[in-house]
Amino acid sequence: MREISYSEAIREAMCEEMRRDPTVFLMGEDVGVFGGVWGVSHDMLAEFGEERVRDTPISEIAIIGAGLGAAMMGMRPIAEIMFGDFLMCAGDQIVNQVAKARFMSGGKAQVPLTIRVTTGAPGSAAAQHSQSPESWFMNIPGLKIVVPATPADAKGLLKTAIRGEDPVIFLEHKMLYGEVGPVPEDENFVVPFGQANIIREGKDVTIVGVSIMVKKALQAADVLAKEGIEAEVIDVRTLVPLDRETLIRSVAKTNHVIIAHEAHKRAGPGAEIAAMLAEDAVEYLDGPIVRVAAKNVPLPYSPVLENYVLPNVNDIVEAAKSFWPGKA
Amino acid sequence: MSKYSQDFLCEVYRRMYLIREFELRSIEERRRGLIPGFIHSCVGQEATAVGACLALNQEDVITSTHRGHGHLLAKGGEPKFMMAELAARSSGYCRGRGGSLHIADFDLGILGANGIVGGGIPAAVGAALAFSMRKEKRVALSFFGDGATNQGSFHEAANLAGLWKLPVVFFCENNLYGEGTPQSKQAPICDLANRSASYCFPGVIVDGNDPIAVYEVTREAVERARRGEGPTFIEGKTYRFRGHYEGDPQVYRLPGEMEEWLKKDPILTFRKRLLDEGETEEAIREIEQQVQQKLDEAVAFATSSPVPQLEDALSGVYADTHDGKVF
Ligand SMILES: Cc1ncc(C[n+]2csc(CCOP(=O)(O)OP(=O)(O)O)c2C)c(N)n1
Ligand SMILES: [Mg+2]
Repeated sequence: MREISYSEAIREAMCEEMRRDPTVFLMGEDVGVFGGVWGVSHDMLAEFGEERVRDTPISEIAIIGAGLGAAMMGMRPIAEIMFGDFLMCAGDQIVNQVAKARFMSGGKAQVPLTIRVTTGAPGSAAAQHSQSPESWFMNIPGLKIVVPATPADAKGLLKTAIRGEDPVIFLEHKMLYGEVGPVPEDENFVVPFGQANIIREGKDVTIVGVSIMVKKALQAADVLAKEGIEAEVIDVRTLVPLDRETLIRSVAKTNHVIIAHEAHKRAGPGAEIAAMLAEDAVEYLDGPIVRVAAKNVPLPYSPVLENYVLPNVNDIVEAAKSFWPGKA
Repeated sequence: MSKYSQDFLCEVYRRMYLIREFELRSIEERRRGLIPGFIHSCVGQEATAVGACLALNQEDVITSTHRGHGHLLAKGGEPKFMMAELAARSSGYCRGRGGSLHIADFDLGILGANGIVGGGIPAAVGAALAFSMRKEKRVALSFFGDGATNQGSFHEAANLAGLWKLPVVFFCENNLYGEGTPQSKQAPICDLANRSASYCFPGVIVDGNDPIAVYEVTREAVERARRGEGPTFIEGKTYRFRGHYEGDPQVYRLPGEMEEWLKKDPILTFRKRLLDEGETEEAIREIEQQVQQKLDEAVAFATSSPVPQLEDALSGVYADTHDGKVF
C-alpha cells in the first residue's frame, strides 16, 4: 500500500469528502491562503475556492458557533481550531450549545460538525500551546472524542466524523503530522468509532495508548520484549465512544494494564478508562491499574522541565516492570 | 519635534534600537540553538511599543501579547533576564517556565505577554478596576493586534471599561495581518479605532511608525484615564518586517507592500530625524554601541546561566500546595 503522512492523510480525507459532498466545507484561522499553520490544508483553497475553504477572523466563538448553525441547517462543516488550548475560547459554544443541541431540542437539531484541532506538546511551546484537552470534553455528554495515532486512522476516522451526524472533536497530535504509514486509497475507507485497535499482541501486560502515546507504547513494547515481557498495545482510537469490550478482553488475558496519555494524569482520559476497568474488569487484574501521564503541572517552556513533566517510553517500561519486581 | 529635549529624543531612539537589536539577536541565538521555543518578533513595530510606554509611569501597568518583546523592553524590561528566559534558564524572568510568550515583571508593571490572542485585554481592564476602586491614579494599557479585535475578549472588556469608565488604554497595533490573513479579510472595517464608538469612548488613529506621534496620543489617553474620564482606543498603523513567527514562509504578503513599508522603517526614519534635529552621528553611534554591549552581556548572561532543576517544575503552580497533596 502507498504510504503518506498523517498530515496528508487528514488532507486527503477532507478533500475526498468535499469532492463527494457539496455540503462539506472547511473554515478556520489561516486554513486558506496559508494552508493551515501546520500545512494540513495546503492547496485546498486552489481546488475548492474561498466559498468552501474559508479563512476566518481570530474568533473561536464564531467559528464553532457558526459551525453549529450551519450544521443544524444541513451543512457539514469542518471547523478548525489551531491549537487545542484555544478550544476554551469557544468553551460555551462547544459545551453548552454544540454538545447539547440534539438532546435539548428533543432530537430536532442535527449537528454533523467536525471540530479539527491540534493536541499535545510540540516542544517548548509552553503552557498555552501544548495541552492535551481530550478529557476536558469527555465529561460533556453529546461530544465524540477522536484521537488518531496513525495516518490510516487519521484518514478513516476523519471520514467517519465528517459523514456522521454528531459533533466530533478530532484531535490531531502535532508531533504525529510527519508520521508516515500505509493509508488505503479507497474513497470509502472509513474507520468506525468505538473500535480500539490491537496493534501488537502480547500476553503479559496491556498498554492502552492515547494518540502519540501509542507510538511510545510500541517503543516500550520493543524494550520490554527484550526483557521477556510481552506487551499488548492497544490504540483506543476514540475516547468517546470507548471500546470497553476490547480493553476488558485484553486485560482478561494479560491481567495487567497500563494506560498512557500525554494529558495531565489527574482526571485525564486514563482516569475514565481506569475507573471503567475497576468497575468491569477488576476480577482479571493481578496488579494496580497504572497511568503513565503528564505530571499535574502546566507544561513548562524549558526543554529540561518539559521532558520531566511529559510521559515517555521509559516511564511505560518502568511501569510494566514494576508488576514483576523480582524480574531483572 | 523640537519641543522635546535632545535627551528625550535620544532615549526614544535608544529604546527603539534596543528592541530592534534584541529581536535580531534573539533570532540569531535561536538559529544557533540557544533558544528552544518559537519567537514572534516585532521588528518594524518598535515605535508603537516605545511611544506608548514612554507615556506611562513605572507604576502604570501593561498587558502584552505573543509579539511582546518590544512592549516589555519599552516598559523597562531587563534584556538579560529576557534573553535568559528565551534561553529557558533558571535566571530568566519566569525561571525558564514561560519563554517568549509568557514573560512578566510585576515590579515594572509588566503583567505578562500572552499566548492567547486577546487573552490579556480583560485583565488590563481588571487592573484598571483595581486602581479605580482604590482611587489610585494609575493606568493600565493593553497592547494587542488587529486580529485580537475580532475576539470576544476584546469586545466584552471594552464594553465593561466603557461602561465603568475605567482608566485603561486599549492600544491596537494594526500591522495589517493576523498571522497569514490580511486584516481586510478579518473584519469589514479597516480603521479599527472605529470600534470604540460602540463602547462610548474615543478612538484615535496614529502613525504607528512615528514614536513621537504615538507618544503624544498615548499621553493624552493616559491623562484622560487619570482624570477619571475613562478609556481610549488607540490604533497605531504599522507593519511587521519579519514573518509571523521565525520560519514563516510569508506567502501571503502583497507584492511591493514590504518595500513600501521598509521606506517607513521606524528606526531608520527616526535616526535620520535625530540627525536633522542636530544630534551628531557620533552621539548616535555611542547609543548604538551601548545597546550592543548590553546585548552582548545579555547573551553571555543567558549562555552562562544554569538550566532549571527538575524539581522546579513542581513548584509555583499553587501558592499553597497542601504538603504536595495538590499534585
Ligand atoms: C485565541 C487564539 N487564537 C489563535 C491564536 C493563534 N495566533 C497567534 S498570533 C495570531 C495572530 C494574531 O494577530 P494580531 O492580533 O493581529 O497580532 P499580530 O500577530 O499581528 O501581532 C494567531 C491567530 C492564538 N494564539 N490564540
Ligand atoms: Mg496583526
